[in-house]
Amino acid sequence: MTDSMITGDLKGRKVILHDMCLRDGMHAKREQISVEQMIKVATAMDDAGVPYLQVTHGAGLGGNSLQHGFALASNEEYIHAVSSRMKQAKVSVLLIPGLGTMDELRSAYEAGARSVHVATHCTEADTSPQHIACARELGMDSTGFLMMAHLNDPKGLAEQGKLMESYGAHTVYITDSAGYMLPADVKARVQALRDVLKPETEIGFHGHHNLGMGIANSIAAIDAGATRIDGSVAGLGAGAGNTPLEVFAAVCERMGIETGVDVFKLTDVAEEIIVPMMDHIVRIDRESLALGYAGVYSTFLLPAKRAAERYGVPARDILVELGRKKMIGGQEDMIDDTAMTMAKERGLLKAVAS
Amino acid sequence: MQKIKCALIGSGNIGTDLIYKIQRSEYLEPVWMVGIDPESEGLKRAQEMGLKTTAEGVDGLLPHVEKDGIQIAFDATSAYVHAENSRKLNALGVLMIDLTPAAIGPLCVPPVNLKEHTDKYEMNVNMISCAGQATIPIVNAVAQVQPVDYAEIVATLASHSIGPGTRANLDEFTYTTSNALTKVGGARRGKALAVINPAEPPMIMRNTVSCLTDETPDEQAITKSVLAMIKEVQKYVPGYRLVNGPVFDDKRVTVFMEVEGLGDYLPKYAGNLDIMTAAATRTAEMFAQEIIEGTFKPRPVEVA
Repeated sequence: MTDSMITGDLKGRKVILHDMCLRDGMHAKREQISVEQMIKVATAMDDAGVPYLQVTHGAGLGGNSLQHGFALASNEEYIHAVSSRMKQAKVSVLLIPGLGTMDELRSAYEAGARSVHVATHCTEADTSPQHIACARELGMDSTGFLMMAHLNDPKGLAEQGKLMESYGAHTVYITDSAGYMLPADVKARVQALRDVLKPETEIGFHGHHNLGMGIANSIAAIDAGATRIDGSVAGLGAGAGNTPLEVFAAVCERMGIETGVDVFKLTDVAEEIIVPMMDHIVRIDRESLALGYAGVYSTFLLPAKRAAERYGVPARDILVELGRKKMIGGQEDMIDDTAMTMAKERGLLKAVAS
Repeated sequence: MQKIKCALIGSGNIGTDLIYKIQRSEYLEPVWMVGIDPESEGLKRAQEMGLKTTAEGVDGLLPHVEKDGIQIAFDATSAYVHAENSRKLNALGVLMIDLTPAAIGPLCVPPVNLKEHTDKYEMNVNMISCAGQATIPIVNAVAQVQPVDYAEIVATLASHSIGPGTRANLDEFTYTTSNALTKVGGARRGKALAVINPAEPPMIMRNTVSCLTDETPDEQAITKSVLAMIKEVQKYVPGYRLVNGPVFDDKRVTVFMEVEGLGDYLPKYAGNLDIMTAAATRTAEMFAQEIIEGTFKPRPVEVA
């Protein structure tokens, strides 16, 4: 990090926090968070003043599948259970075109969702027009979410963001799905968006903590003009988790950035509710570091560990190979496929005669 | 030998690739290419390849249908205009091969059910989607052995091979393919996922097919059936290949496929384009053979 990273005084800047524990965190829990647990987490966060909570299967609407795993309840059941109990927080959902559909978005809206991240790979924004338009028609807070943003340059991202704005997105996100970016990368990308988007269009940043940069990257994003930040309390999310939201809120308070959340209440949620829920301690272990280092989709972590057990090829080798083959979000099927192909090359698996 | 004269509607990736496939056919001859943009690369390519062209849409073709003896038309436009195109051409006795997700006519996957459609002399058959053509044969190969409760497919396509129409209407692609996994594949429930990957160099089309069987899968019989089906598809798409599997995991059967194209209009990575155009060409050839042998005479469809 250089001194030029933070150029402005951020005192007095207002930022909207968006918690991902009950969506990105589903990945870290193999989609096994119960409705009761969701209610407990969400009501505590609502009480701590978090304005937006994302609630769906880890892969979003339409996510229940062999490819992405089956959750304990339907998206509608989760959304309804949470949204009906919120005093101030709004419930948001994730929709990845090609997986989720407009029918599922309408159904999520009926269940109480009022905000949506419509997510595409960072070069494929033009697969999202019908879904963003549908969200706007429903009156939802609509975000265009450019995933794996390290794989596109600032100029390219600006063009993609402009497309999403033209479809009706209120906000465009730079999404560091691989936890690969460094603060200067984030700043250049957010600035490029700020230069081309309308002044009323907001910019957001969604980080992963695979290289420990979640907080620094989010601050860099705010410095360049972002007003919305995704994180998850105690970092419950894919890979080494999202930007830990309670830590980020504390840093914001020190810097005079206004988030409207109660830091100590959030630290209670982290310590008393989220950490005890974890199946494994979400941290930068050898494999999640490999994700950030090689630029691999964070969600691939646990399936790669499972494939490693099954086919005898180390998870880190599988992840690095997936990065080399430029696999993107949604290609979870290629984890087993790649593991099998590597196992054949290493003489650990026999091919079917064809 | 007599060939059946064809019109191609839509001058995008699929329509343009069809010219190559049909020109090579023993039974078909491409005569007209219909577009809406006189500057489109597809129309220019068609002219260079000796086809008559119009940029006036289907209405530009209608006055020439009888004179030029057009008997089969391929529609590669969009679901929204297909119904009207089909009505107009069916009324003139032209058989429609529908490559849009409109699916007005019965769904067709050649090695699974083409014979049924030619036996019934259908005047409009639908080719579902590239992902459908690539995965339904495998679902059907499993379903031929034992009942399949659920089939799920993941198609990964190279970004360069996906045109603006498909991109703007991704839900139609999803719905059409999911529906066909049950109707043609034979599964009780179906779900289709699509991923568009921009990697450079572009990746070859990949398809992962998973089936949940009612009872424990018969590993030997399913493997045999899948391998036999792959050979059938290879008759018209030589680059249709098994990469990994079948993998058996409790009641789940998973097959990992790739589809390399012939590299006619788009390079070989765009197997999705090839499997669609090759399947449509094979379908048209089956009808054309019947027309040539005199067993099928396409007739004008009365407009209701």
